[in-house]
Order: sequence, then C-alpha cells, then structure tokens
Amino acid sequence: MTTDKNRLGMLCFIATETIFFGMLILAYIYFQNNAPNSGPNARNSLNVGLTAFFSLFLFASSGTIWLAERSLHRGNQRGVSLWLVATVVLGLIFLGGQGYEYAKLIGENITVSRNTFGTTFFTLTGFHGLHVFIGLLAIGILAGWVISGNLKGHKSSALGTISLYWHFVDIVWVLLFTIIYLLALL
Amino acid sequence: MSQEFVLVPEPTDALPIGKTGSLLYWIASVDHKLLGIMYIGAALIFFVIGGVEALVMRLQLGSARNTLLSPEAYNQLFTLHGTTMIFLVFVPMVVGFGVYLVPLQIGARDMAFPRLNALGFWMLVFGGLLLYYSIIAGSPPDSGWFAHAPLTAKQYSSAQGVDYWAIGLLLTGIGTTTAGLNFIVTILTMRAKGMRLLQVPMFTWIMLVDGFLIIGTLPPLNAALVMLLIDRNLGGAFFNPQAGGSSILYQHLFWVFGHPEVYLLVLPTFGIISEVLPVFSRKPLFGFNFIAGSALAIAFLSYAAYAHHMFAVGLGNAFNAFFAMSTALIAIPTGVKIFNWIATIWGGKIRFTTSMLFAVSFIVLFTIGGISGVTFGIVPTDWQTTDSYYLVAHFHYVLYGGSFFAVMSGLYYWFPKVTGRMLSEKWGKWVFWLMFAGFNLTFFIQHILGLMGMPRRVYSYDDLPNWSLFNLISTLGSFLLAFSVLLFIISVVLALVKGEKAPDNPWDAWTLEWATTSPPPIENFEQVPPIRGRRPLWDLQHPDDQDWQRSHSGEKIGGQPHEASLPSEHRKDNSQ
Repeated sequence: MTTDKNRLGMLCFIATETIFFGMLILAYIYFQNNAPNSGPNARNSLNVGLTAFFSLFLFASSGTIWLAERSLHRGNQRGVSLWLVATVVLGLIFLGGQGYEYAKLIGENITVSRNTFGTTFFTLTGFHGLHVFIGLLAIGILAGWVISGNLKGHKSSALGTISLYWHFVDIVWVLLFTIIYLLALL
Repeated sequence: MSQEFVLVPEPTDALPIGKTGSLLYWIASVDHKLLGIMYIGAALIFFVIGGVEALVMRLQLGSARNTLLSPEAYNQLFTLHGTTMIFLVFVPMVVGFGVYLVPLQIGARDMAFPRLNALGFWMLVFGGLLLYYSIIAGSPPDSGWFAHAPLTAKQYSSAQGVDYWAIGLLLTGIGTTTAGLNFIVTILTMRAKGMRLLQVPMFTWIMLVDGFLIIGTLPPLNAALVMLLIDRNLGGAFFNPQAGGSSILYQHLFWVFGHPEVYLLVLPTFGIISEVLPVFSRKPLFGFNFIAGSALAIAFLSYAAYAHHMFAVGLGNAFNAFFAMSTALIAIPTGVKIFNWIATIWGGKIRFTTSMLFAVSFIVLFTIGGISGVTFGIVPTDWQTTDSYYLVAHFHYVLYGGSFFAVMSGLYYWFPKVTGRMLSEKWGKWVFWLMFAGFNLTFFIQHILGLMGMPRRVYSYDDLPNWSLFNLISTLGSFLLAFSVLLFIISVVLALVKGEKAPDNPWDAWTLEWATTSPPPIENFEQVPPIRGRRPLWDLQHPDDQDWQRSHSGEKIGGQPHEASLPSEHRKDNSQ
C-alpha cells in the first residue's frame, strides 16, 4: 500500500496541509480565548443549525467518493461516474451553504476587517472552502476521465489518491465545525 | 560470489524532451539532472546578486558616518540580502544538490514526480523574480528577512514592498514543499532492487530527513505569510495589536519555521561533508548509524529550540528556561557529527584536493559558529548580544563558513560528474585560500564589534575607538571574499570551455552516482552493480573484501582478524 508513490505523495501533502490548518486553528483559538467581550463573535453571530445542515452534505460526499472507489474495484464504470458526479453535487451544495452564510454575515457588517473573530473566522473557513473547491475541480476531472473512458491503467490510482485528499478536507471540516460552531454553543 | 547487476526500472510515463541544448530543452525539461543544474545555477546567480548587495552595505559601513547610502536604502539592502541568501540561494542550492544526486545515488532514473519537480523549480524562480520586481515597482521590502509584525503592518510599511516579499516567499515556499515531498517519496519507493533504507549513501539519507523537515517547516511560514497578506490587504487583525491582534503570534509562527529552516539548510551540507570526507580519506564514514541518528535528533530538536530567537520578547522565565535547555541540547547531536567526521579523517590516507580543503575547513568554521550559537542559548548572554554584530558573525559562520564552504566542497566534488569536465585544482587552491582568508577577515572581527556594542541593521555609526578600523577590516575582507567568488566563477567557465575531460570516477569514490558516465546519460543507468552494503563500487572492485562481510569493528565476520594483510585503506576502519 505504501509503495504506491502517488498515495505516499498525497500523504506527505496532507501532512503539510495539516500543519498549515493547525496554525490557522491555533490563531483562531488564541483569539477566541483573548477576545474582547463586545462585538460579534462565534456565539452571537453564527447560525449553528443551518451550517450543521449544510455540513451533512459534505460528510455525505465522503461516503459517495468511497462508493465510487468501490465501484472502480468492481469494474463498474457507470457506478464510478455516478458516484463521482454525486460527490461533486454534494460538495457544491456545501459551498453554496457557505456562500449563503458569508453573504448573511457580510450583510450584518461582520467582515475580515471587523475584529479578530471576523479575521480568523473568514480565514479559517475560507481556506477550507478553497480546499473544497480545489477538490471539486480534481473530482470533476476524474469524472470527466471516467465518462470519456480515460480512467484506466496506472491512471486509475488517481481516484484513490484524490479520495484520500477529499477525506482529509472532510476531517478538517469536522474539526472546524467542532471548534468554531459546537464549542460556541457551550 | 555472483556479481549480478541490478536492472533499473524504466519510467512509466514518457517525459517531454526537446532538442538537446535548445532553450526549450531546458525550460520544458522534467529531467532531474537538468533541474538540478538549473537549481544550482539559479542559486549561484542569486548568490552573486545577494553578494553585491552585501558589498554595497559593507562599503557604507567601511567608515564612520558614511553617507553612501540613505537609511532607507540600507534597510532595503539588508532585507533583500537576507531574503535572497536564505530563500533564493541556500534553499535552491541544497534542493538542487538533492534533486541531482538522490536518484543517481539510489540507482533510479528520475525523481518520483518529475513534473512536480519542474513545478517546484519554476515556482521558486518566479517567487524570486517577484521579490526583485519590487525594485522595478519602486518599493523594495525594508523590514528585514524575518519581517516582524507590527513593523510590516500597513500603517508602518505602507509601500507594496512587504506584499511582494510575502507573495514571493509564498511561491518559493510552496515550490520547496513540493521538492521535500518529492525527496521523501523518491527515497522511500524508488531505490534500486536490494538497496535497503539504511544502505543509502549518507547524503541521500539526510535528504530523506530533510524532506520531512521541509514539509514540516514551510507550512507555518506559509500560514504566517497568508495572515500577513490578509492583514495588509483585507484589513485583517491577526498581527495588529490595536485591533486586538497579536504581533507576538507572528514571531511564534515565523520562528517555528525559522529555526528548523536553519537546520533544513545545514543538514544537506552535513550530507555533502559525509560524502566528501570518506572518499578523500580513503576510509568509510565513521559511525554511519550515529550520523544518521543524530540527523533525526537534530530535525526533531530544531522545533523544540525555535523560541530562543524570542528571548528578548520577555515571555517569562519558565518559557526562556525551556528553550535555553533545548538549545543546549541540540548542540549534542551536532557535536556527535563533528566527532564522527574527525574520526573519519583520523588515520586516513588524506588527499587534500580543493573539495577536501573546503570540507575540512567546514568542520572548523562550523564549530566556531556552533559554539557562538550555544552562547545564544544562555538567556542573559542572549539579552546582551542579540541584534548585535556578534549575532551577524554567528550566523555567517554557520551559514557561510559552515554551509557554503560545504556547498563549495560539494561543487568541486561533483562538478566532474555533472559536467564531464575537471575543475582546475590549481585555481581551486587559490579560490579556497582566498575565500578562507576573506571569510575570516570579514566575519571574525564582527564578533568583537558586536561585543563592543555595535548593533546590526543600523546604516551608520559614530566614530568610537576602533570601530572604523574594525569595520574597515571587515569591508576589505568582504572584497577579498568577493574576489575569490569571481575566481571561482572564472574557473568554472574555463573548465566548461576547455577543461580536462573527467573520467567516470575521478576520485575513486564508492557510491552509485560514480557508476555511470560523466555526465550521466539521460536515463542515468541501464543497470547498477549489486548492492549489498553502503559502498557498492568498493564491493565491485574488491570481490575478496566485501564491506558487508565486515563487522562494526572492521573485522571479517567469521574469519580471523588479519589486519596486516588488509589494504591500508581499510585499517582502523571502525564503522562497517
């Protein structure tokens, strides 16, 4: 398993990303604990329920990409393309939810430059959203390969590699959702 | 015994390749050898640029109250000099050595991800160009190579220089990260059949450790740069104390990158030294496992020691005590290496080639830099000497006297392999002695200047007793140093134009890169000799005296010790 160089390369990449997100999360937690009492913060500005609802789509997409991998192993090309497209749709719904959330916050004049909560919140969730978007591009390309019949031979290991990345993006969201939204409920 | 050669697997992808020698051949290349040469070439070009910046600064400091440079220009110069030397000279230099040598040393045809390799190189080049474009745009960065907040905040640095600096470093940083990832995957998955992980040459082993160091070290810098850019361009509050942010946070993020970064740059030069010393002492590397293990220890400890860059911040006694201790601790694995290198030379048949001269002087100069480094781990001493010329002297001994001398050693050692030509030894001796003299003349006296109280990063000074004289000595030394670099460049050009043709293995070395032609063909190898130990070429040439048949004390396993009958190169061989 580890001698697959694409997989190993992706694991190394995920390691760097973990540290990168770790630093952003540290900054968020640091400023949460040292935040002024007034002004917008996670407790009084975020709609936890709505974000939880949109998060379900992202969590579900981890399942659909797993189903796509399983279809590939079983040689079911139609299944692969179906589950990949489903993954893209679920990811897009999540991004749509994030866009709605951003629009609402910005409408209430909660922006990057409002205070440390605004700065860290938009940086953290923005970088996660960017990663989702890049993942969707990659999965979209994979889906295109499957539909045009190009996902074969040594290229087929790309699906396993991309799905590793996708699971990572998902796990990051589990962490972010817990730290930003759930802890704010306490 | 059988001497069956090992076939080297062919790449699965056809890789693009233009007409030999054309511009497209270089630009479109994904071959690790061409990329390695381009990395090192880019590093040398930036080295000349950064060196000229240093010379202008030394001219300004040559006498008291000099008015050659304005304070603003001086600030811009030391920022560009530091950033250039760290990110655009040392990083591409050590990555270039790695990219060129690792596949050859492990008997592979290319890196694991050839295209990613090219991407990393070009990102680094464009990052460097972006940094220097800031001059054309009219506002070079001027807040030092570590750009502490809040000096870099919009209200204190309103010009765009810091943005160019941050975006440039972000690009080079991502490029370097891809190189680190590539080293790890290449060394773990592409070794020739039969080569176990602990049988790779020391340079390759250290590039593996360095790969992990790279992918662990660059992300905090990238995070800090991203936050800085958000602060400056979107009005963020990360490092802005007035808006509830924390400028100390920047220092933490920067130095948790910055300190491991130093080791990231120094470790590969340890690898170079560990290849050069054994070959020119005609002995195997002493204590391979200790050197390999201490490289790991250094990599781990370098994270634990980062905040000794922050003693002057005032973070409290417990905090300072921890990082003082970890700083002292990291001297131990480094010391282990120094002793191993000395033991490698000890009793060997030493050939003082230019490469060997640089390698031996590396041990001396790096030790001086290391000892002054330990003094910075003592908090009260640090408070007195930080941001003085004592610090400037310290890190130039580490990075120039240490790392760059090792790089020179490596350049002389592998030049015949890379180009197929020999560098002139006669010129080489001149280059070495002038560089050695120039370096020590420039920087040793800066220890004293620093202890006399001369602060760094100040464009001028009053005419205090001896200050002008000592600074003048340093300035003269820097020009001697520059002259030696000029001689080196001329000797490289001469060697390329009409140098003596190099044989495949001019130094009679033992690692796999010397098993192919000089320069290697595009595919590196069709096959490599069987690999049963760390010196496959030794084993190939000495069928009756195989490395792998010896115990750690150099005695034949199962046979009687018969030291008298051994070839002299093998006596006192304690490492295998």
